[in-house]
Parts: sequence; C-alpha cells; structure tokens
Amino acid sequence: MESKFKTPFGRFAYSAFAWIVGLAVFFPILWMVLTSFKSELDAVSMPPLFIDFNWTLENYTGILEQSNYFKFAMNSIILSFGSTFIGLIFAVTCAWAMAFNPTKRTKDTLLWMLSTKMMPPVGVLVPIYLVFRDWGLLDSRFGLIMVLFLMNLPIMIWMLYTYFKEIPKDILEAARMDGATLPKEILFVLLPMAIPGIASTMLLNVILAWNEAFWTLNLTTSDAAPLTAFIASYSSPEGLFWAKLSAASTLAVAPILIVGWFSQKQLVRGLTFGAVK
Amino acid sequence: MSTRASTLAGRFMATPSIIALFLWMIVPLGMTIYFSFLRYNLLTPGTEEWIGLVNYKFFLTDPAFFASLTNTLLLVGSVLVITVIGGILLGLMLDQPIFGRGILRILVISPFFIMPTVNALVWKNLLMNPVSGFFAWISTSLGFQPIDWFTHAPLTAIIIMVAWQWLPFATLILLTALQSLDRDQKEAAQMDGAGPVSIFFYITLPHLSRAITVVILIETIFLLSVFAEIFVTTGGGPGLSTTNIAFLVYTQALLQYDVGGASAGGIVAVILANIVAIFLVRLIGKNLDA
Repeated sequence: MESKFKTPFGRFAYSAFAWIVGLAVFFPILWMVLTSFKSELDAVSMPPLFIDFNWTLENYTGILEQSNYFKFAMNSIILSFGSTFIGLIFAVTCAWAMAFNPTKRTKDTLLWMLSTKMMPPVGVLVPIYLVFRDWGLLDSRFGLIMVLFLMNLPIMIWMLYTYFKEIPKDILEAARMDGATLPKEILFVLLPMAIPGIASTMLLNVILAWNEAFWTLNLTTSDAAPLTAFIASYSSPEGLFWAKLSAASTLAVAPILIVGWFSQKQLVRGLTFGAVK
Repeated sequence: MSTRASTLAGRFMATPSIIALFLWMIVPLGMTIYFSFLRYNLLTPGTEEWIGLVNYKFFLTDPAFFASLTNTLLLVGSVLVITVIGGILLGLMLDQPIFGRGILRILVISPFFIMPTVNALVWKNLLMNPVSGFFAWISTSLGFQPIDWFTHAPLTAIIIMVAWQWLPFATLILLTALQSLDRDQKEAAQMDGAGPVSIFFYITLPHLSRAITVVILIETIFLLSVFAEIFVTTGGGPGLSTTNIAFLVYTQALLQYDVGGASAGGIVAVILANIVAIFLVRLIGKNLDA
C-alpha cells in the first residue's frame, strides 16, 4: 500500500482528510476539555467559543475544594485496583494451571467461564441486591470490590491463559529437571516471562473496573460511590453547570484515558477472548 | 508431560476461580429463577407465595415489555450497523500511510475509555442541548431548526452516544484484522487489473468476515445491557421511549420493589443474551486449542 500515494502531496492531502475525520470522532472529548476551562457564562455562549474565551481554572479549584471529589476518586482507585489485585491472584493461578497442566475438561471449563461473562447483569441483580442488603454490603467498598473482581475474572483468566500458552513449555521442564520445586518454578521461571502479559491484563481490568457503571450505580449511595456515581450526580437539572460538569468529567476520565492509550493492543486481545489477534 | 503432582496442583489451583464464578453466577441465577415463580414484593414482606408462571405472564403481556423489547432491538441493531460500517471505514482509513498515524489512532480510540456516565452527560448537555449545545449551533448556522434531541428523538440520541462509545472497539478490532491481510494477494489482484472496489468486496471483506462476526457478537452482549447512559439522561422516558429490557428490570426491582416480576424479567433478559452467547461461545471454542 505504500505505493498508493505517488506524490508527497497525495499523501499529505490524504493525511489532512484522515485527521479531519479523526478529530471529528475525538471532538466530544476535546469539547469537554475546552469547556472545563471556561466560565459558566462562556460555556453556554452562542455561538460557541473555541479558543478566544477567558481561560480559567476556577472549575477545577471549585470541584477540588467544594465537592467530595477526593472521596469519589479514592473509591474509584480502591475499587479498580482492589478488584484487579484480588482478580490477579485468582486468575494467575487458574490460568497457570489451565495453560501448563491442562486436563480433558480445561477447554469446557474455559468456555463455561466465558459464558458466565455473557450473563446480563440484570439476570442476577435481584438476588445480588438482596444478599448485599441482608449482609450489610450495600454501599460498602468490600462488596463492590468483590462484584467487580468476579465480573472481570473470566476476562482475566482468558487473557492470562492466551499469554501463558505462548510461553514455551520446554523451559519449564528444563527447570523441573534441574530440581526446581513448584513454587520456585512459578516464581523464578514463569513469572519473569509472564510479567508483560500480567501487566496488560492488569491495565485492561483497571480500565474496565474504573468505567463500570451498572453495579457501581445500583449498589452504592455515598460511602463507596466511585467517580461514575459522582458524575451521575450531575444529571439533575437544577444542579447542572456545564463548565463544572466538564471539569469533573475531565478529572474522572483523564487518568484512565492515559492508561487506555498504553493498552490498545491488549484491549483487542482481552475483549475478543483471543478470537482476534 | 506433566507429572502426577503437577496435574494435581493444576486442578487444585484452578478450583478457587471455578468456585468463585459458580457462586457469583450460577447460585444467584438459581435464586433469580426461584424468585421468578414467587409473589414477592419488598414492600409487603412475609407474603411470599408460589404463583407459578404468573410473573412471566404479567411481564410478557405488559405493554412495557413489548416497548422495551422494541427499544432494545432498535438500540442494538442501530449501534451495530453504525459501528460495523463506521469501523470498517475508519479501519481502512487508518490502514494507510498517514502523517502522525499513531497519534491519530489514539484519538480515534479514545471514546472507548470514557466512562458511560461522562459520555452520556457530555453528549446530552454540551452537544445535544437544543439551546446552547454544539449541534444546535451547527444546525442554526446551516439555516435549520435545532433538534430537541431528548424530546423528539430520545432513542436516537441514546443510539448516537452509545455508537460513539463503541465505534473505537469495532475500529480497533477491524484494523487489527486488516493489518493481518496478506499484501501479496492484494498486489496480485492489482496486477490482474482489479480496481479498489472489487479488491474490497472480493478480498478485504471476506478476510474481515470473522472479525466482523466477533465485533457483532461481543458488542451485542454488551449492548443488550446498556444501562448507565439511559439512567443519567432520560430515566427511560419520556414515557417508555428509551426504556430497554435492562432498564425495565431495574425499575421493577429497585423502584417498584417487585422482586418476583423483576426476576421474571431478568430471566427473559438472560434468555435473550444466551441466544447470542451460544454463537459467540461456539465461535471462540472453535478457535481454542486447549
């Protein structure tokens, strides 16, 4: 395809076109970030102001000072990293066993795990809600960490499984011959080779947990509510200030957007369960 | 060549995850099925009794069910069409040599990482507001009347914001598939005088068919459960015009406290999702050499 553009101008014109399309797709995010630096008056100005407005940080300082932004942000961090961490412990051992010591039922087990991911959350909303209510887990970080961990566990196992399958088995056998015990084999042979896969799995799951907005909206009210719920609180018409909404939104998505940029490739692998590579 | 000890260890190490997933999905699902046969409302505790299929009868004959089923299918279908076609076009576009392609790809993929509540509120207010939204400005400058999206076309508005969120997913997967296309095959076709259109339909599209199937199946699973976008923008309204099955079950469970009815609805949702899931699990199973 490199030969497609015969002149540098052709390539330049095509690039210009592609950038216009790409910026159009990105525009809502760009507009949100721009609006977050406007005053409330400039934010609703007609015609819209692109660059020539009074740039201000008042929305950011306002949010950081007045609202419980830090509480929500801290909950988002605790929920996404907590569920990912617990998930990794379960998923690494499970995927390790399935990739290196497969049994006749491994394939069926993997597909069964996948099928649990296909279950719509509303199918289990009622019992989970009632159990949480009875056990006092509603609006608790612990309860939500468990939900997010279990929700993403099939994806983690699958992703790690496809990574572990790529590690040559001969190396593990050589280590075994040299007398490495099972824990040593895992710790000193498998783990160093598996770290890139584990890191990608971790990133993808932090993203998924951070943005999860069914359970976090339904099972929290205030104490355990993460940023998804914080932003949802801006939906009431009387509390609506666009510039503040934009600043809060920018703060809520910026960290995960940056994480996401680094894990595009893993996204394909994780979310297609290895069906597209 | 695993030893007996390591096979045993293998079984032992897989068990915790299997038990955890079993407790998380199968047990609650069993409870949902059980509740769906009960008259059980949280507002009148202690009056639970077995009523057989009455909840299903009520749920399936409720006009709200038909409306929400229609909305669900419209939402899923439209978003699939937009994202698959858009994803193919964007994928083809990004598969060419472009100045700054890496950065451009990052921009195009970004919407996927935006949390649903932010996505919904930014679109609803900053872009789609009929008075000072960005789209209103575009319409007025072109001489049209601005559209009051959430009054006159609420479902379309939801479809647009959900499609925007999922477009990057389709693009990324189709781009990955495009990049694995054999260049020689394409060049041979070009030598034989095939134009870009016939190359697309006879070589590129067949090569993409598998990736397109994967995109359709995976998106469908997630799109059947769209919730937050509706929750923060329309609350299912006006009337029932943006209520999908997931949202209907939510209102029955957590707003009307009708455990029995909501459970029956939940099971209907599970059956719908399973129709898609069976195909997806088979497709992935074929590809899996465990």
